[in-house]
Amino acid sequence: MEEIDQMYQENILDHYKNPRNFGKIMNATVHHHEKNPLCGDELDVYFLIDDGRNIADVKIYGHGCAISQSSASMLTEKVKGKSIDEIKKLKKEDILEMLGIPVSAARLKCALLSMVLFKNAITIFEKYIKEPGVKRER
Amino acid sequence: MIKTKLNIEQIRKDFPILTRKIHGKPLIYFDSAATSQKPKQVIDAMDNYYKNSNANIHRSIHQIGEEATKLYEEAHEKVADFINADSYQNIVFTKNTTESLNLLAYSLTSKLKKGDEIAISQMEHHSNFVPWQQLAKQRGLKLKFIKIDGEGNLDKKSIQENITKRTKIVSLTHASNVLGTINPIKDIAKIAHEHGAMVVVDGAQSVPHMPVDVQQLDADFLAFSGHKMLGPTGIGVLYGKKELLEEMQPFLYGGEMIREVKFDDTTFNELPWKFEAGTMNIAEAVGLGAAIDYLKKTGMENIRNHDAELVDYAMAKLKKIDWIKTYGPKERGAVISFNVKGVHAHDVAQILDSDGVAVRAGHHCCMPLMGVLGVPATARASFYLYNTEKEVDHFVEALYKVKKIFGV
Repeated sequence: MEEIDQMYQENILDHYKNPRNFGKIMNATVHHHEKNPLCGDELDVYFLIDDGRNIADVKIYGHGCAISQSSASMLTEKVKGKSIDEIKKLKKEDILEMLGIPVSAARLKCALLSMVLFKNAITIFEKYIKEPGVKRER
Repeated sequence: MIKTKLNIEQIRKDFPILTRKIHGKPLIYFDSAATSQKPKQVIDAMDNYYKNSNANIHRSIHQIGEEATKLYEEAHEKVADFINADSYQNIVFTKNTTESLNLLAYSLTSKLKKGDEIAISQMEHHSNFVPWQQLAKQRGLKLKFIKIDGEGNLDKKSIQENITKRTKIVSLTHASNVLGTINPIKDIAKIAHEHGAMVVVDGAQSVPHMPVDVQQLDADFLAFSGHKMLGPTGIGVLYGKKELLEEMQPFLYGGEMIREVKFDDTTFNELPWKFEAGTMNIAEAVGLGAAIDYLKKTGMENIRNHDAELVDYAMAKLKKIDWIKTYGPKERGAVISFNVKGVHAHDVAQILDSDGVAVRAGHHCCMPLMGVLGVPATARASFYLYNTEKEVDHFVEALYKVKKIFGV
């Protein structure tokens, strides 16, 4: 297989074209936005966090390249139902393993956008929001 | 068919990098708007300088110092001749277009009063955008934007509206690095001068690709980079009308740019050295001189025609593909910005690279323009004298690979 086909393998393209958990949660516990101005990629995440500090629901919303969007889609599946501590523990290597494709240095930022977004959202939750559960519609 | 007068096969032999294989495929370099490749004549000239004549310039009372000085000063003369400036005294060497424009932004705005206006356009590169924006903020000036029309040309009405008696500086790109638009600088300069404004031209994309004559344009200042015109990185040019350069305060202070230093004051050197502080990029100046020799020998008219034919050839092919959208006017420089439907420009560039085709993807340092176009990014193919129709054919084939992978 050519390297380029390894990069754009079926599951990556599938997640890009049919992103999982795509949309918004209007009464999410925490909502956060990140962008990568150099690429023009933008991504929002909405977490509904339950009393046990687990991710009861997650949605992502945005646009960008196949790598950033598929990475975000896969990450929602990875964290849904898990404790927020799992998100705090995420490392670059976890994302690369999850993607399972060769990612060049120039595309690393794309691959990691969703991880940075998710982690920052959790930081905001712990620092400012603190209380789990549904919030009033924003 | 390309009717160009250029002997492309011969030209390609002068560019060592064009023999490279990328992922096992011949390199197709369609990123000359970012930086051009360098012919061996330029590489050799710099090599020779370092091997035979390397010394510091202007105050060396020894043979190689005199040789280096002569080469460095000759490079100024070559540039002056190339753009039809009056003399080498109109030619200041800088690091690149960006530095030339920063020099102007700092030096010219220092004499403006609060509320004075500067007009630029929506299509400016960040280099001709951010310096004016920041200096306007610092000095209480007003920055105005000339709009672009639906095709990607400067809007005529917006030109009239934004150049008024309050306007002190009009700074515009000669050729857009995204849309390829070639702006009617001569006409705009006339309007600006009628209103008493100075005209700054960003020639980064025009000077390498077409005959540019500062007298004919009646530009007060022209900025461009060596590395986009077959020369090395690290050498740029600021052309200015002599009386304006004379009046301007230096931007960088230090060695070489001074005449006499006393404890309480300093008098500055004559033009152009007054703006060239510290030991300059001498080898790069020599390289730029060699690049200009190469361009002159090839003929700028011929290069312009070759670019135009290649762009027409590529546009005719791209227009037939309904999953590709191109941006910019029909009359354009050697630049085609485009998007593949449903595919991010970075993915397009990545897949093209796997076929050896180097294009650029992103905002091309024109974030405000991307906003006007309503896209986060575009892919951009840009051509130069060493590119061929056959390469365009490969490029289009590679686009079909994008279509296949993404199932567009």
